[in-house]
Amino acid sequence: MNPYVVLRVVSKLLIPLIFLFGFYVHFHGEYSPGGGFSAGVVLGVGVILYALIFGMDAARKAVPPWWARIGMAMGAFIFAGVGFVSLFMGGNFLDYTALDPNRTYLGQHLGIVAVEFGVRMSVTAVIIAIFYAFAGRERTGDTAEG
Amino acid sequence: MNGAEITQLFDYLFMVMLLFIGLAIIRLQNLFAVVMLTGVYSLIAAAWFVSLSAADVAITEAAVGAGISTVLLLAAMLLTSGKAKPTTAFRHWAALVVMTAAGAAVFYALGDLPVYGAADSPANTGVGMAYIDRTPAEINIPNVVTAVLASYRGFDTMGEVFVVFAAGVGVALLLNLSGRGKRGED
Repeated sequence: MNPYVVLRVVSKLLIPLIFLFGFYVHFHGEYSPGGGFSAGVVLGVGVILYALIFGMDAARKAVPPWWARIGMAMGAFIFAGVGFVSLFMGGNFLDYTALDPNRTYLGQHLGIVAVEFGVRMSVTAVIIAIFYAFAGRERTGDTAEG
Repeated sequence: MNGAEITQLFDYLFMVMLLFIGLAIIRLQNLFAVVMLTGVYSLIAAAWFVSLSAADVAITEAAVGAGISTVLLLAAMLLTSGKAKPTTAFRHWAALVVMTAAGAAVFYALGDLPVYGAADSPANTGVGMAYIDRTPAEINIPNVVTAVLASYRGFDTMGEVFVVFAAGVGVALLLNLSGRGKRGED
């Protein structure tokens, strides 16, 4: 187990706050600076910090690698999916007003929330996947030429 | 001194700090120190973005530059040597020539740039103002940046997400698709 007690205790306090801040940056993005990209990055950092302090095995248990792989595809899929839904509902591609023909703002708000959700999902998953790919390697592993 | 002048003073301070950190990064051979300094560089850049009222960019820069890229560079460094090979004198001179030419080109173009904070700069006129004018009526959210990013320029943002996705797929394919390294099944 990790001998750095101070790091463990402090990060145990901080990691939930980092996640809370990430979700705040996401869901408050219509009113304050932030949005899907920033939120996704902050959430990814939270997972990376957890992996650094508690080890890769604990992190893989908390956020399995398959989740990251599916997440990055799902995020892009959601974004494009919103575009196609608005296409099928009679608007242009990614024209969120078409999502709700009666009330203009609601359609825009729905579209923005859905799209930002996709962005956040994709960014978080990609960051975690890249980190797992890097951290999973060992020094004298399959890096040898041959 | 009013508020704008104080923020401008901070801008210069941050720029000087970035310059010195950049010089230190060039001079150092110890890669661990270089990685740490790039993290510091990103953190100061994030503070500078806050001073320039670009909070969106600052959040991302602090998390990506100071957090993720530092960790990734450390992970990559552990796989190689901790020391940089000394650069040869020829490469120093070649780099100096290239940088002098590029710097001269930048200084030549400097005269065409709008003055810092100018109200009639291209960013503050034309399409930028149109977005600010139309967002309350068309989208009705207070953060115009989100409106532009997600709605007016939704197609661009979709491209960005696909670029991020492609980057993730590329790294996963190059390094390890399962993300599990050489260990056994988890």
